Amino acid sequence: MSERIREKLAILADAAKYDVSCASSGSKRKNDNKGLGNTGNGICHTYTSDGRCVSLLKILLTNFCIYDCAYCVTRKSNDIQRTAFTVKEVVDLTISFYRRNYIEGLFLSSGIFKNADYTMERLVRVAKELRLEHKFNGYIHLKTIPGASDELMKEAGLYADRLSVNIEIPTESGLKLLAPDKDRKDMIQPMNFIKQEIIQNKNEIKLFKKAPLFVPAGQSSQMIIGATKETDQDIMYTANSLYKNFNLKRVYYSGYVPVSHDSRLPSFDSAVPMLRENRLYQADWLMRFYGFHVKELLNTETPHLDLDIDPKLSWALRNPNQFPIDINKADLQMILRIPGIGVQSAQKIVSARRFQRLNWENLKKLGVALNRAKYFITCNSTEFERRNLSSMQIKQYILASSSSKYLKSNVAQLQLF
Amino acid sequence: MISSPFDPMTILIYDGTWYGLLSCIFDVYEYKLKKISVTTKELFQPDAFSKTHEVFTSPANAERVLKGLSKKLSPTGMASIYSCHLSELPEMASVIIRYARLLFSSGISEKAYGNPDVLKIAQVAKKVGRERHRMKAFIRFRLTQDDIYYATIEPDFNVLPLIVSHFKNRYADQKWLIYDTKRSYGVYYDLHTTEEIQLDFAENPEKPTDTNIFAENEEQYQTLWKNYFKHVSIDSRKNTALHLRHVPKRYWKHLTEKQV
Repeated sequence: MSERIREKLAILADAAKYDVSCASSGSKRKNDNKGLGNTGNGICHTYTSDGRCVSLLKILLTNFCIYDCAYCVTRKSNDIQRTAFTVKEVVDLTISFYRRNYIEGLFLSSGIFKNADYTMERLVRVAKELRLEHKFNGYIHLKTIPGASDELMKEAGLYADRLSVNIEIPTESGLKLLAPDKDRKDMIQPMNFIKQEIIQNKNEIKLFKKAPLFVPAGQSSQMIIGATKETDQDIMYTANSLYKNFNLKRVYYSGYVPVSHDSRLPSFDSAVPMLRENRLYQADWLMRFYGFHVKELLNTETPHLDLDIDPKLSWALRNPNQFPIDINKADLQMILRIPGIGVQSAQKIVSARRFQRLNWENLKKLGVALNRAKYFITCNSTEFERRNLSSMQIKQYILASSSSKYLKSNVAQLQLF
Repeated sequence: MISSPFDPMTILIYDGTWYGLLSCIFDVYEYKLKKISVTTKELFQPDAFSKTHEVFTSPANAERVLKGLSKKLSPTGMASIYSCHLSELPEMASVIIRYARLLFSSGISEKAYGNPDVLKIAQVAKKVGRERHRMKAFIRFRLTQDDIYYATIEPDFNVLPLIVSHFKNRYADQKWLIYDTKRSYGVYYDLHTTEEIQLDFAENPEKPTDTNIFAENEEQYQTLWKNYFKHVSIDSRKNTALHLRHVPKRYWKHLTEKQV
């Protein structure tokens, strides 16, 4: 029996690993029924050899699938070994791993067998059994199957901490090309439904404290990057609309890992666009935590993010009229826009300057990356950048003074599209 | 308290415990000591020029010091000095005593990082906090035949006291024992309360030669986990430097997935 489980686990973990979401935070499920587990800020229990965190048991319920999406390793036409877990097997694995402190919980997704409802019903059954029969209070992330009924979606929300629907391809035309059987509408509809239910649940909790939790860690989504010829602008505008319209907690960007010889896709030996992925995450952070509007970062003049410098620096170089900024006077919103200053340093600057005017030395101690910031600020010092440098010159100086961890290995990737 | 070059140096000798250290602070004020250094009984080496003062650990005195400190410090600040004590770094006892004197006499803020002792406390507390978090992640339980989930650890700092409540809340319905083999003590949870225990090992505790102490299917789950770990990695994204930064080699010994 053990050998069979081992084989299934290998196949179904292999198939699930391209989903990059690993968050186990954002939920506050307490262990107040003397059961097993709780959730909090999330813990990464280990890291794979590619450096990604492992916090959840991330598996597919099955890799049988009726769809034939070109970018997906479990597509119908792919000649691979197919298998499926039973509900009981998933429950047992989750509990046993959790008790040994291997994981924070379960991330369950699935290929689609028979139809959406049939698949979704089984996913919900796993979560239900964990919660009700095993008093499991750890983290559960369920993938919602596009096209599943509202009733099932609602039931899923009662047991899961997070639900996610993957938008898969950033543009509708890209989706039509690579996954002709899938419809964007089927992905948007459940997002909207979950959003409404979450809002309703929040109101209920205000009225009755004991109202049952509904998806306390919110919903997320994922896009595959570099499988079709979309621009960074397409990607980030889609992400922006997901954040705005459906209150998503996270959008994940997953660089396409070649899994097929399909002529519609990048060739089988092309590199994973890791640097591009990194820049997209930086832009995503700028939107969510730094007060940037997506249009400031990407627009018809600059449809792609620079690969050699980060998007904040690139914005600053395009807008030299905004600088230099006086560190001792500017408000937080403006300080956040200075290259080389993160959210933490910005907040420290704002609280520290109440006691003393800050100079270069102070800024360095607070953790500011002066090699970038020095071209854009003045502080309590007679020394500052007096030369009238052009944006191009500043960029050259900064590039010369730093070394990117990506550029060495991925130069070839820069010219892909 | 201002010391002058003519004040004799007093060496405080204490038992190395938290209450012992707090009793030192109490005695500094009780005996109006000015220039001091501090050491534990084990490390004490007599010298001809200093007076010695043996500190008797008094819970009552220690509690009074804690009460006094809590008026000067935020709850985080209080936690920080306890973490610094648990770091077991030899210089921290003196730093903590100097820090307490600073707080009591000058009313300095715990955020005045310009002061070297204030900065040191914050830095060491952060290091200890980091390892505390790592232990929450890296502990691996193995199920024994007595139905106890057993884990061994060897943290750089003595962080076990800082993680007990986390494990008690999370694993409320299973008996567990976390044992620090480096410091030879552990914490056992019996489904109701936790208690500190010491085990008497006939042989090396990390590798019980008698594999029969573990439950029948324990090895099977370990194999499943190792197998899972291997299969979630994406080879075309391999990044060893990043992996090592997150999982430093010194922790591998106790990580199931890192065993061959």
